[in-house]
Amino acid sequence: MASLAATFGRGAMTNHWIDMINTDVAMVMGSNMVENHPIASKWLMRAKERGAVIINVDPRYTRTSSFADIYCKLRSGTDIAFVNGIINYALQNGLINKDYVLNYTNASFLISEKYSFHDGLFSGYDPGKRAYDKTNWAYDLDGTGNAKRDLTLQHPRCVYQLMKKHFERYDIDTVCKITGSPRAIYEKVCRTFTSTWAPNRVATWLYAMGTTQHTHGTQNIRTYAILQLLMGNVGLAGGGINAMRGESNVQGSTDMALLFHLLPGYLASPTKAEQSLEEYKTHFTPKTNDPKSANWWSNYPKYIVSLLKAWYGDKATSENDFCFNYIPKRSADYSHISLFETMYEGKLKGLFLFGQNPVVGGPNSNKERSALEKLDWMVAVDIFETDTSVFWKRPGVNPADIQTEVFLLPACSSVEKEGSVSNSGRWAQWRYKAVEPVGESASDLWIIDALHKSIKKEYATSGVFPEPIVNLNWNYGNGEEIYPHREPDVHMVAKEINGYFLEDKVVNDKQFKKGDQVPSFAFLQNDGSTCSGNWLYCNAYPGPEKENNNMARRIKEDAINGIGLYPQWAWAWPVNRRIIYNRASCDITGKPFDPKRWVVRWNETTGKWEGDVPDGPWPPADKYPFIMKPDGHAWLFAANLNDGPLPEHYEPLESPVDNFMSSQQNNPAIKLWHKVNPEGNAIGDVKKFPIIGTTYRVSEHWQAGAMSRNIPWLAELVPDVFVELGTDLAKQKNIENGNRVVIETARGSMEAYALVTRRFEPFQLNGSVVHEVGIIWHFGYNGLARGDSANLLTSHIGDANTMIPEYKAFLCDVYKKNGGVA
Amino acid sequence: MKISRRGFLGAAGASTLGGAITLIGLPKTAKAASVPEIKTVETTESTTICPYCGVGCGLIVSTREGKVINIEGDPDHPINEGSLCSKGMALFQVAVNERRLQKVKYRAPGSSEWEEKSWDWTLSEIAKRVKKTRDATFLKKEDDKIVNRTNGIACMGGASLDNEECYLLSKFARSVGITYLEHQARI
Repeated sequence: MASLAATFGRGAMTNHWIDMINTDVAMVMGSNMVENHPIASKWLMRAKERGAVIINVDPRYTRTSSFADIYCKLRSGTDIAFVNGIINYALQNGLINKDYVLNYTNASFLISEKYSFHDGLFSGYDPGKRAYDKTNWAYDLDGTGNAKRDLTLQHPRCVYQLMKKHFERYDIDTVCKITGSPRAIYEKVCRTFTSTWAPNRVATWLYAMGTTQHTHGTQNIRTYAILQLLMGNVGLAGGGINAMRGESNVQGSTDMALLFHLLPGYLASPTKAEQSLEEYKTHFTPKTNDPKSANWWSNYPKYIVSLLKAWYGDKATSENDFCFNYIPKRSADYSHISLFETMYEGKLKGLFLFGQNPVVGGPNSNKERSALEKLDWMVAVDIFETDTSVFWKRPGVNPADIQTEVFLLPACSSVEKEGSVSNSGRWAQWRYKAVEPVGESASDLWIIDALHKSIKKEYATSGVFPEPIVNLNWNYGNGEEIYPHREPDVHMVAKEINGYFLEDKVVNDKQFKKGDQVPSFAFLQNDGSTCSGNWLYCNAYPGPEKENNNMARRIKEDAINGIGLYPQWAWAWPVNRRIIYNRASCDITGKPFDPKRWVVRWNETTGKWEGDVPDGPWPPADKYPFIMKPDGHAWLFAANLNDGPLPEHYEPLESPVDNFMSSQQNNPAIKLWHKVNPEGNAIGDVKKFPIIGTTYRVSEHWQAGAMSRNIPWLAELVPDVFVELGTDLAKQKNIENGNRVVIETARGSMEAYALVTRRFEPFQLNGSVVHEVGIIWHFGYNGLARGDSANLLTSHIGDANTMIPEYKAFLCDVYKKNGGVA
Repeated sequence: MKISRRGFLGAAGASTLGGAITLIGLPKTAKAASVPEIKTVETTESTTICPYCGVGCGLIVSTREGKVINIEGDPDHPINEGSLCSKGMALFQVAVNERRLQKVKYRAPGSSEWEEKSWDWTLSEIAKRVKKTRDATFLKKEDDKIVNRTNGIACMGGASLDNEECYLLSKFARSVGITYLEHQARI
């Protein structure tokens, strides 16, 4: 999501599931949505029935491929080359929506003379730090502090010309040598996709983990975003960049900031550099000198102060910086891989797990499983006994050697509690409690409440820096004591997330009383008179009664534009906007580019926008549409990413071939864990491991398997782990369908059943032939259906911006076990 | 423990539901009239959202005498319009499944077995562990700058929790001083 935030200002799916029906061309790349989001793919099928063309790009011919009009294969890890080639095709042939590009993107902005690109490196690279000095890529500013612009797009240092130069190296022949795609099909993909540059044609881009799980995952998405901006497809119905989320509330858990670098609502978590609230506000509140830029993040101070008031209540005052220094400060990267590397070193003593099963889902399972043995204690909260919670009796270890104490707490299921979940399209939907929790299980809400109260008791009389715990504003209607089944009031929590007034106050000529719910984030204050646990959800619960809970709405009526927004069904962030950046669906006079399926339009008579909730109420000419970017424009050229302002092809860390584009084999800005911490982080040699490995999911299982491998119906459908390999490779290796085989990498090995199919074909790459195999990754050693974990094979290496592991491309070998007797 | 599908349904006391599933599979000429009767008689219905992927399909949960007796797609839901995938169809077996954890389990250092424990004991023991680790690893300052963080405790997970739970977890973890705070979105 780092890529989307860098480009558009928000890291979220731009459109929503039903909206797929509105598209002309759907590109499914980095996703097997028919298998992994099956019900959503119904909307894609309906688009197809209405004449849309579906393109699917994938190393393997998947269930999604079988639904597609055009299937084009590519080698895992070569998305950037593939899409950069389409971008080049568009630029060379003038197939762009020029109005859109000129007015809504930074194409016309001039870049500093210090910017350059040579042999795979952008200017400002420090090889010792493996990092760039990004100031080399800054805008060339005029006297007022705004970027200089050339509206003719001719200046050699304007973004448009820099892009033409950067992307022209990606001609069709070069691309196909890298990706192994068939030339004729690739050309057809270029032609079909770029047909949507026309204002009355639109394409949607659908992706998932196949895109993100690479050492250049962020830049993979950047290529999609750049292409969609050149086509003018962002903000339109049937358009956008749609990151398809794989868990029921992974959108909401991200919104609520269960990530080291964030606070709720995508505020930054403070670093050591922010010693006071003032420093925090200064560092993170963007500025603009352009009166036409809404620069919505200029509201940062209101959102952080309202958050601190939600967390520390009366204790948070302007005199004490609203308890800003109660929030822990980071001074390093604490993401998943770093976390487990630190645990492996014995520096982490305690671990809480809430419904996560990292011994199956995390990369480099052997290392992560060993790391758990270094813990003093683990608290695992789950509805089933997970593989991780029994790591101390996993195959191959003696429990007597493992000193970790484990507390396994029984959580209840989603039908035994009440609350909301946010789907991929940002719809927060309410769930009701149907029955009481089974046995002594309890909701996570009750468990978290009980943990806080128990720890607070421990700190009542003594302890190190107890203030953040004992002063925490925590009152959800069930008293100070802990009783079984006496739940915190989930509505009180939801109302705190939304936010309420803490004193009588007049805002925008409206009188509010102390205790009133804040109607929307435009009313939040920076003086401590409002609280809001997450400003993005301000408007989800704007009144005191249960009837005011917008997330529980079930009115199935479409909006006046008839494009399937269903604005009164549940609630979407922000402020019930169903398609974000929707002002960009209109030209600069407010007329929709495509009147047939308009999203918003400016009504001259009323002086208001109509249709979807617009990105701000201003008349079209008054403000630029990308209000979350400080300059109001979407960034074709993004100077804020760690690995370059424009996407460049590098090979995965483990690759069978040399980088055809430059002497930089891998992304120059990734952290090389095998060099920092060599133990358990071996990297494979292509001579020993000549085959590309990748991992994927099946419809019948879910993630790390706790909620599918313990379900008899699902365990019966897919009872064991398999590896899919092509017929040519199988012949070479003397492997037959159903044989028991071993897959091995430099980190570990696993066994699986061989599934020999034509769905994987060898890749012809610049004279060499390379094979690829794929393994389903849901399996582990515990549960009803058991099998080896595919992550025994993967490595601790992450993306340069997000540290998302490179699960999707590694080097392996495959051979028959014991002569192939199953 | 191995459970066959039939054995599981019997064990859960849902043999009438087993019959219902069989009937759904029959052609329309079968005694269709008896099917809705089994599902609707004396049940209470409530809506829910699927806990698996991020599509957010709607479902209807039917309960009788405090027990879930059926879960099916919600035909009024605008996204799924009543349809469900293999996992959504199996939500019933998340709710009714003898493999579900029903008591706190505790594993002592070096032990090869779980022991069942009470909530009271568990919460107070966890609180002691948290305090001990937090107090031993808390870092107030680094390079003379305030950091106020707990270096020795990590917290993971949350993508299957409700928003309200995620929010409280985020708030709780920060109050303890945890910066090793991660979940499924990273991987």
